[in-house]
Amino acid sequence: MSGTSTASPSLQVHALRKAYGDVIAVDGLDLEVRPGECFGLLGPNGAGKTTTIEICEGLTAPDGGEVVVLGRRWGRDDRELRELLGISLQETQFAEKLTVRETVRLFRSFYRRGPTHEAVIEMVQLQEKADARVGQLSGGQRQRMALACALVGEPELLFLDEPTTGLDPQSRRQLWELIEGFKAGGRAILLTTHYMDEAERLCDRVAIVDHGRVIAEGSPRELIASLRAEHVLEFAVGEAVTLDQQALGALDGVCDASPRRRLPPPGSRAAPRGALAAG
Amino acid sequence: MTSERRRWADHPLVQLTLVRYREFYREPEAVFWVFVFPVLLTAGLGIAFRNQAPERTPVAVVAGAPGSDSVATALGASDALTVQTLDDSAAGKALRTGRVALVVAPRETGEVEYRYDQDRPDGRTARLLADAAVQDAAGRRDPVDVTERLVSEPGSRYVDFVVPGLLGMNLMGSGIWGLGFAIVDARRKKLLKRLIATPMSRTQYLASFVLSRLTMLIIEVALLLGFAVLAFGVPLRGSLATLTALCLLSSLAFGALGLLIASRAQTVEGVSGLMNLVMLPMWIFSGVFFSASRFPDALQPFIQALPLTAVEGAGLARLGPELAIIGGWLVVSFLLAVRLFRWR
Repeated sequence: MSGTSTASPSLQVHALRKAYGDVIAVDGLDLEVRPGECFGLLGPNGAGKTTTIEICEGLTAPDGGEVVVLGRRWGRDDRELRELLGISLQETQFAEKLTVRETVRLFRSFYRRGPTHEAVIEMVQLQEKADARVGQLSGGQRQRMALACALVGEPELLFLDEPTTGLDPQSRRQLWELIEGFKAGGRAILLTTHYMDEAERLCDRVAIVDHGRVIAEGSPRELIASLRAEHVLEFAVGEAVTLDQQALGALDGVCDASPRRRLPPPGSRAAPRGALAAG
Repeated sequence: MTSERRRWADHPLVQLTLVRYREFYREPEAVFWVFVFPVLLTAGLGIAFRNQAPERTPVAVVAGAPGSDSVATALGASDALTVQTLDDSAAGKALRTGRVALVVAPRETGEVEYRYDQDRPDGRTARLLADAAVQDAAGRRDPVDVTERLVSEPGSRYVDFVVPGLLGMNLMGSGIWGLGFAIVDARRKKLLKRLIATPMSRTQYLASFVLSRLTMLIIEVALLLGFAVLAFGVPLRGSLATLTALCLLSSLAFGALGLLIASRAQTVEGVSGLMNLVMLPMWIFSGVFFSASRFPDALQPFIQALPLTAVEGAGLARLGPELAIIGGWLVVSFLLAVRLFRWR
């Protein structure tokens, strides 16, 4: 059975449960990730995202429920699964004294198949940093190296736990492009994130997790619509500019456009303001 | 892109072992403690306790009495004493502060008084030497003829005693620190967890520590023994094969002990405490710096069971039992470590 076959899902989770002492981390969670799909787990800290993803990665044993990864099960097909999965954990600190090339080559050596370490370094655009020590990399470069280490085995399914948390906007966009590139290869991704914009950009489907359960599921667009979460965008323009209220209101995704005048603070020039509500 | 053919250099065990070397030699402090420090320690101890011409014992003669000058001359003729002439109070002070070992006070009557502290070995020595010099000068003749032959040969000096201990201590230190720190550090950084998320063989991961330790061991032993032989002429007795076997076995045993210490600890601080707890008794009891036989008999079974004592005591005569003790530590520590080991 191949994980990329159209019939069977890449990942199936049913009624998953995990408790740490009195704390219930995962409380009857269901998930299904289809081949070629990027699936996002969205939710606040402590919602159970990391516990869920680590159970799927075979790093944590569940208390109950069922997990089928690429048609295989943990405890029976571990060795085979390890070859087929790419994993990036939250907060792994790689050895600082090693170079990027040495680290990627080490990880490459664990897998039977996959591209050369040089090719993977190129894939994540770290060629120029290949001989730099890990300790000298920026946060974004470290995350790209972590991604490289996840990609060395040419995985069928990629797990990314908060891949862009703590990165600057430019590094985030760069990482998104790399993840989109992997997606284009037709393999499945399960990622966790705090950020709606990240989920919107990368994920085909999203599950919102809170208190160890899925409380909403669907495409990012559907979810935003169902939550009736409207964004209000307020902006100011110079006096010389006149706003065409009707044209703004007709834009895709804008539900209301209205001017809002405020008394200017003393000493400053009055500026007309506009507000857009998008949903 | 997939490369099915693999070069030996891309074998995971080779790559893991290379990582161990790289992490070691890129840490200058580690290189210093493992390779340089033991040599410096040997040099320091060898120089501090080197054999030298016997020191002359300082004595004082109290000035002012009729016999003072002749007594001082008699004492000065002895090549084991240095003599100074002081007045009564200065001589008393010199004795109290330990600057002289003995005060010789000639009396009006021709009698000579010795003042010294009988709890001080140098005081008793000075008393004997001074008395012999005074009596000889006065014409005493010894009834028995004696001859002397002085012995000072390599093999019986302090440096010869201390080198095997330092070697054992070094094997212990680098085995325990080397494994303990690296593993706990990797666990703390979640690197262990990341590694077991790959198809990496856990056995190969632990084996890479053993392999890198064994090659570094050769350098360590060669440096320390080479220095001891070249600088101090320490004699190496027994066969090279025995030495090699002993070093290998003890290095493995200390490595296993390091593994055991590191099997659960989550922080570097925690594991440092544990390592000191394990190593401190051995530094003290195992007879590295002085003979373990100075400790009370009741403690001896405990002392003899310590791995460092066994490594050190493994002479030619008692090789068998000592190797058994070291092997026991190796097996028990390793089995326990594998049982207790936490990868995350």
